[in-house]
Amino acid sequence: MPEIVLREALKRGLEEALETDPRVFIMGEDIGEYGGAYAVTDGFLKKFGEKRIKDTPISEQAFLGAGIGAAAAGLRPIVEFMSMSFTLVAFDQIVNMAANLRYMSGGQISVPMVIRAPTGAGVQLGATHSQSFETWLAEVPGIKVVCPSTPYDALGLMRSAIKDDNPVLVAEPALLYGVKGEVPDEYYEIEIGKSDVTREGSDITLVSYGYGMRPVNDAADTLESRGVSVEVIDLRSLSPIDMDAIVASVQKTNRVVVVDNARRRGGVMAEVTADLQQSASEWLDGPVMRVGSVDVPWPYNRGLEREVLTDTDDVLAAVAEGYGL
Amino acid sequence: MDGNGVDGVTDNLDLYRQMYLIREFELACGENYSKGLIRGFLHLYIGQEATGVGAISALQDDDYVVSHYRDHGHALARGLDVNRSMAELFGRATGTSKGKGGSMHLFDAAKGFMGGHAIVAGQLPLAAGLALAQQYNDTDALTICFFGDGSTNQGLYHETMNLAAIWKLPILFFLENNMYGMGSSIERVRAGGIDFYPGMATYGIPAAEVDGMDVLAVKEATELAVARIRNGEGPQFIEAKTFRFVGHSLADGQKYRGQEEVKEWEDRDPVAMFPAKLIEMGLATADQIAEIKAEVGEAVATAVKFAEDSPEPDLSEIHDDVLA
Repeated sequence: MPEIVLREALKRGLEEALETDPRVFIMGEDIGEYGGAYAVTDGFLKKFGEKRIKDTPISEQAFLGAGIGAAAAGLRPIVEFMSMSFTLVAFDQIVNMAANLRYMSGGQISVPMVIRAPTGAGVQLGATHSQSFETWLAEVPGIKVVCPSTPYDALGLMRSAIKDDNPVLVAEPALLYGVKGEVPDEYYEIEIGKSDVTREGSDITLVSYGYGMRPVNDAADTLESRGVSVEVIDLRSLSPIDMDAIVASVQKTNRVVVVDNARRRGGVMAEVTADLQQSASEWLDGPVMRVGSVDVPWPYNRGLEREVLTDTDDVLAAVAEGYGL
Repeated sequence: MDGNGVDGVTDNLDLYRQMYLIREFELACGENYSKGLIRGFLHLYIGQEATGVGAISALQDDDYVVSHYRDHGHALARGLDVNRSMAELFGRATGTSKGKGGSMHLFDAAKGFMGGHAIVAGQLPLAAGLALAQQYNDTDALTICFFGDGSTNQGLYHETMNLAAIWKLPILFFLENNMYGMGSSIERVRAGGIDFYPGMATYGIPAAEVDGMDVLAVKEATELAVARIRNGEGPQFIEAKTFRFVGHSLADGQKYRGQEEVKEWEDRDPVAMFPAKLIEMGLATADQIAEIKAEVGEAVATAVKFAEDSPEPDLSEIHDDVLA
């Protein structure tokens, strides 16, 4: 199977949508002439023209809101944010408009829009450019949230997101744009709301998504080398969350550690933990262990940032503390 | 009798019929709010009828209309079903949003009425996006976006004006300057006085001021702006000076303004004065006016009855329409 990097996978998903669906267009800051802050849309302006590739002013509220209007009128806009941190500027539009419109219109208006944003810390961008607000939006009814960790998932989820009749936030882990992975030439999609058991095992379940999969996979390797059989689940979707798959795995392993690359407090894994407490406690041999980044604003300094970020040692420590493995 | 301004053949009597319908509808809303049959926040359009009716009468069927939280007048002028609109205010299953929207969130997508929006200025980019789709699809349709003076101090006001101007969107920004954002006089909260239209020069958006109490003047100004937009000249801006004769919502005791000021505007009440003007111009007879009043009175009474008799939404509908 051919290998491509995650950036290329996203690009392929966008490009084929632009080629096959005339309702699809992309807008965002510096996506055209400049080629995109993370180069995902590089070359698109030349290929598809100004009508389909729209550079916007630095007006996150206005262009996100315009995407909602265009979607309400039947187009399929893809709106790019330069950073997940900048979605905060447009949260009113995302929540009050994109997510609520269908419900408060009694089902008359749908918003088939994709919102793309690079997410996560790790490259010393400091407090305002390193945040992961996909965890906040995962709480909001009326919008779906996905977060790929591999090129394969990035393409499959992007295809599903563009075809979805609802607003879908695609959180793109910024540190993974250059990660390589196998992507088949044959067409496939990945269903939103379905997780992936990326490694089967019987002793303990590790759950994560996005960039959190990296420390989880490393921890799983270490544990396997110690003779522990690890099951790993990649959530892929943060809303809806595939709780059935997590519960099924816990029924098998009786041990679980949930891992978030975002800040520990609140967030997706707090939700998973609470759900497991109610629906799977009888199967568990110990507490649901929750790992996440330290609850402070993201520091600039390299050493401090690394200390804050969830890493492999944090995962292994939680496994040891909760289950003595 | 549906208060329909959609068919494009709105004549002067229709204008009166629509204004009177809105007035009677709003009075009935106030009454039923007092009875506890309408809950939540209720913002009445009383006094501003000439602006919404005049503006919407200049539109085509395939244009979009976007409104703010004081949306009943625009909804009725656009021809939303009177019964279903009232039922929505009553929170009933037969309402335009099946009882899930309420007074501030009226919608009728089939009529191009895209809400009813209750975050101040939040509707501006939505309208720009609708206009973007109209431009994208190469139609001659346009979007009219109503907003109040209160929304002009939000960042979105600037952002959307700029975006619409650089993209030459087919949008008519229609400012209903009723002089107050809730209890704050625009003079107290805006630097630069009470006129907004001169500021549009900053964006290169042609702007006009119109007497919002004169339905014919509003219609004429809107027709002119609409013609320019359909001619590909990009966004246009109209500022109608108008006034609500009642409080911001039914919870408002109006401590922030004097009765003389209200009285001054009430003396120019478009609903009260338009019949005499029509008769004087030879465009209507007293009998015709009386007939319209009777018809409208009956339609509103029927709407209230319809709403009262309609079922509450079934509790099983809680999860419906969250996602497509």
